[in-house]
Amino acid sequence: MTFRIEISLRKGLRDPRGTSVVQRAKHFLHLPVKGCSTRDIYKVGVDAPDKKQREILKAFTDPVSCRSALGRLAAPPFHWLVEVAFKPGVTDNVGRTAGSLVADILDRKLASDEKVCAGIQYFLTGPDLTRADAEAIAWNLLANPLIQSAELFSPEEWAAHPVDTTLPSMPDTARPTVATIDLSGSNEDLLRISREGTLSLSLEEMRAIRNHYTEPAVRAKRASAGLPEWPTDIELECIAQTWSEHCKHKIFAADVIYRDEKGREQRFASLYKTFIKAATADVAKTRTWLVSVFTDNAGVIRFNERYHLVYKCETHNSPSALDPYGGSITGIVGVNRDPMGTGIGSELLFNTWGYCLGSPFYDGDLPQGLMHPRRIRDGVHHGVIDGGNQSGIPWVRGFERFDDRFIGKPLVFCGTLGRIPVTINGQPSEKKSIRPGDRVVMAGGRIGKDGIHGATFSSEALHTESPAQAVQIGDPITQRKLYEFLMEARDLGLYRAITDNGAGGLSSSIGEMCQFSGGAELELARAPLKYAGLQPWEIFLSEAQERMSLAVPAENMSALRDLARRRDVEISDLGEFTDDGAITLYFNERLIGRLPLAFLHDGCPKLTLEAQWTPPQVPAPRRSRTADRTRQLLAVLGALNVCSREHKARRYDGEVKGLSVVKPFVGRASDVPSDATVCRVEHASHEGVVIAEGVNPFYSDIDTYWMTASVIDEAVRRIVSAGGRPDTIAGLDNFCWPDPVQSEATPDGAYKMAQLVRANQALYDFCTAMQVPLISGKDSMKNDSTRGGRKISIPPTLLFSAVGKIDDVRRAMTLSFQQAGDLVYVLGETREELGASEFHRFLARDQKKPDHTGGDLPKLDPAAAMASYHRLHEAIHAGLVASSHTPTLGGLAVGFSLCALGGNLGADIALGGLGETLSDDALLFSESNSRFILTCAPENQNAFEAHFAGLPLVRIGTVRGDDQLVVRTRGEQPLVTADLARLRKAFTSTLGGI
Amino acid sequence: MNPPILIITGYGLNCEAESKFAWEQAGGKPDLLHVNDLLAAPDRLHRYAALMFIGGFSFGDHMTSGHVFAHRLRHHLQDELATFIEDGGLILGVCNGFQIMTKLGLVPGLGGESFKPSVALIQNDCGAFQNFWVRVRFEANSPCVFTKGLDAMDLPIRHGEGKLLPREKETLDALEAAGCVPCRYIDPATGAPTQDFPHNPNGSVNAIAGLCDPSGRIFGLMPHPEAFLFPEQHPQWHVRPRGTPAPARGAGLKLFENAVTHLREA
Repeated sequence: MTFRIEISLRKGLRDPRGTSVVQRAKHFLHLPVKGCSTRDIYKVGVDAPDKKQREILKAFTDPVSCRSALGRLAAPPFHWLVEVAFKPGVTDNVGRTAGSLVADILDRKLASDEKVCAGIQYFLTGPDLTRADAEAIAWNLLANPLIQSAELFSPEEWAAHPVDTTLPSMPDTARPTVATIDLSGSNEDLLRISREGTLSLSLEEMRAIRNHYTEPAVRAKRASAGLPEWPTDIELECIAQTWSEHCKHKIFAADVIYRDEKGREQRFASLYKTFIKAATADVAKTRTWLVSVFTDNAGVIRFNERYHLVYKCETHNSPSALDPYGGSITGIVGVNRDPMGTGIGSELLFNTWGYCLGSPFYDGDLPQGLMHPRRIRDGVHHGVIDGGNQSGIPWVRGFERFDDRFIGKPLVFCGTLGRIPVTINGQPSEKKSIRPGDRVVMAGGRIGKDGIHGATFSSEALHTESPAQAVQIGDPITQRKLYEFLMEARDLGLYRAITDNGAGGLSSSIGEMCQFSGGAELELARAPLKYAGLQPWEIFLSEAQERMSLAVPAENMSALRDLARRRDVEISDLGEFTDDGAITLYFNERLIGRLPLAFLHDGCPKLTLEAQWTPPQVPAPRRSRTADRTRQLLAVLGALNVCSREHKARRYDGEVKGLSVVKPFVGRASDVPSDATVCRVEHASHEGVVIAEGVNPFYSDIDTYWMTASVIDEAVRRIVSAGGRPDTIAGLDNFCWPDPVQSEATPDGAYKMAQLVRANQALYDFCTAMQVPLISGKDSMKNDSTRGGRKISIPPTLLFSAVGKIDDVRRAMTLSFQQAGDLVYVLGETREELGASEFHRFLARDQKKPDHTGGDLPKLDPAAAMASYHRLHEAIHAGLVASSHTPTLGGLAVGFSLCALGGNLGADIALGGLGETLSDDALLFSESNSRFILTCAPENQNAFEAHFAGLPLVRIGTVRGDDQLVVRTRGEQPLVTADLARLRKAFTSTLGGI
Repeated sequence: MNPPILIITGYGLNCEAESKFAWEQAGGKPDLLHVNDLLAAPDRLHRYAALMFIGGFSFGDHMTSGHVFAHRLRHHLQDELATFIEDGGLILGVCNGFQIMTKLGLVPGLGGESFKPSVALIQNDCGAFQNFWVRVRFEANSPCVFTKGLDAMDLPIRHGEGKLLPREKETLDALEAAGCVPCRYIDPATGAPTQDFPHNPNGSVNAIAGLCDPSGRIFGLMPHPEAFLFPEQHPQWHVRPRGTPAPARGAGLKLFENAVTHLREA
């Protein structure tokens, strides 16, 4: 039996949800919506007598602010009504919470067929709105057809419509079956099997699978076990998922033949091993604080004698393109599970995020099936805001980069930094171990069709038929309950090992874990399901969220069950770990699959990829010596990639846990982005962590080698600028690339592969030279869209996230000018390096030739950089530095502006001393690496200058007592004169309120 | 004596670590207890001198903030809570904790009417969750034991639903008359209560930032005193005038110290 509840705000109260619809309808769709009021609706599918129904109604309604009715509440005047609800099987977090409330009222758990579904009604007014307009609002603003249903009513239709109490339900038709897939056919047959099954396996891989199944020893073993000759569906699906690009990193593992512009050939066996792993192995000789790198879900480094730090960054690009909210909330709560599943489980401290998106003001053609970048941006922020805030994890860093090549695939980076005690119950916390006989336990959410083929799907370009179930919606509260339960269980020593269920679900988590013991046996019918009708292979591969897998000694099962019950967390015993060298799968006691671990993990054939480096010819923009420099500075300061993003950032909780020291926004008005974020790690200690990042997809248009050098340097010097110790910095590499495999669909694959090689070469060269170990990383290699018949590839993007230590957070530095009369310096050399700079891109846009951004990229001298970083660190520690800022996009001119805005103090600057031959363009806007804008108190001048003796330190000006920023280069005549109000307006207007 | 303090956790409440540290710094002896463990043995409540409802996102703020958590407590803990209050216990609620307290009717609790909600905290006028610092003035005419002797301080707000809505105009008059408004959002430039964003972050009537009951022992507020325990948590700590020493502690600690002082004297 189902009844319906409608809840409205009391008359006369503002309805911000409705107001937002009106604004967005006007803004995005240019539709004449006059007003919108909203209501919450609940369809309550529980067995409850009338009296209880009224009690439930009362309990659902806030008596002060709301009114409600069973069935229907009289509708307000409207022209169109849109009612939005989730499709069957989609996570409905509000409905789940409402179900908890109902259970409290009934004093019992809800039965498996009882549930509450939540929905929203939008009553639109606007006499000129047509049905088509209302439909456009429904599908372009209110509902995403992949996951939601939307019904549209005129007032007459609504009056005639019966009260709708139908609950969405999954068609419960499929009976569990296990199919066998015959691989004896032709090459075409093999490829068809891969394509039709969304397996994303190549012909060579399909043939490797066939070869395995035709080996006499394998045949004999299968025959004696009663398994069919050819793979069962669950076996083939498991192989496909384990071998997916997402999980196996085949491009990074491939043999590469690289030819440079002079035709010289080099061969690399695995970029990952040759450059990334090798770099860290080299650095590990001096950086003795590496604890666990590249082997676990996240990198682990020693912080102090009590704690290790645990850091991981991920991307969730493809799902965020399909459903920005669901994709991104899943991204953030998903990456939370990486530290949670590292070692024997880490506490979560801080989140980071970063998005590469099309311009929110994009007005070009949008290929069919793609969402407008502004809608994607709103949804992505909203998802990560909800995911982070509801999980109680503060954000500490966030960035956005805009380029219209991201309209096909937005990049959504999400990172989580945690801590883990050095030892737990007397054992090193980073070590996982599993013994044969330990139970295989799944904890957390239930399994549905969510995200099936997520791993294989994310390894493909987006096309119009991308599967809807690839979208999941994270549920932060279920995960928070799970997390608190796991931390308790960890400290009680109830489990031996833990890992998260991400891409590939159980097939991946158990596939990885069972390597510790040497095998596992699973009874999949014991897995708890959200709804009936899942096939065994779907249970095994489902990416339903909020689940962790544990290895539990059998004798601890009852204690673990008891704790789970008290914490309202579902756990299930799915089988046991073994040492027989295989994963063995049962469904209702029937053997349905057996996969030897050796084949599963090492049987995937290696790719051989061609890489051809031809330096691109990028024309430079026209430059003018007589341009209005103030106007140029204001334009660059307001450019999308430089301007303030504070409006969105304020919606993220940045202070929960009470550990923040230097926040993401600093300055007298708290409106200037900090170079790096500084946080305590424990309340009772002044030791802290410094977190920063470097990312610059624009430089990739010229050369990914120097792009990579620059992002490493940017991340490192941000940390140093905030007071972090240069010898404690570790990095994480997240590669997002367009498909670099040469093919008919990707005729420039060899060039893109060469871009990847060069980025890796730089990663090795500079991480070893600067002694910055890489501790974790991830790659996403198919960031192309072919929707609407138009191929859009992202520019190669490397996010370099860095983390360092500061011995005393009270010494942390910020960029704000401190006091009138303070002396201003530039440390580090300025060069004529304007290629793909913010300034050149501004000129190129201004000249209507947006591709004409060419010029020299910033280079990097790692030895000189590190020498100056060590010296600066000592100066900060000695109290000689009043403020420190590291200029990045927009160069020194933007840097001075930010320092001035931070301190609410102007400055007199003369840049001539930075170089005889440098152009004014370069003095103001060059993005040369390894530089800082420093200030010191006049009484410290001698000590300050003596401290930096021998380094390129130039005094360039003085902080003023008023609000004027005046910049000269060589002459007496100021090139830039602007007051702080103008600078602030330029910096904050572009995305103000957006 | 270190008075025992109970901090309830679970279902998305998330300020337990800093709240525990705040009570420890103030001289209390805080325990964290999962709400399910408390509901399984409700008389454990009486081992404590003070109870804190912490901030967070209980049940994801679904069905309005604090709603479902408050309902669970009302359903299973109402009698014990009533006894706890009668016995002179202190209750502090911050943010989601304050929302839970208004849903339970613990504040303002006029005319002894605990458990009958007379105010609601509804969605901010700006329509969204916000995190920034505001300036709060404490009212000398309030009996609130947590804010006794305090003048004004900066504190962070982190909420989407903080706009106080009284059931009727008379409710507002009565709670003002009874001194149930211990703190208001003020414009730092004038020191006067304001209705204007961002200094009043949510549009709350009479710039009300927190409420207590007429006894002053039961107190909830939207800003987070437990998020200002160190001077370096203040967003402008790094631009203070040269030569002025940093304060030893964050100002928010004073509310906890006041509570501990009250419990020691009681």
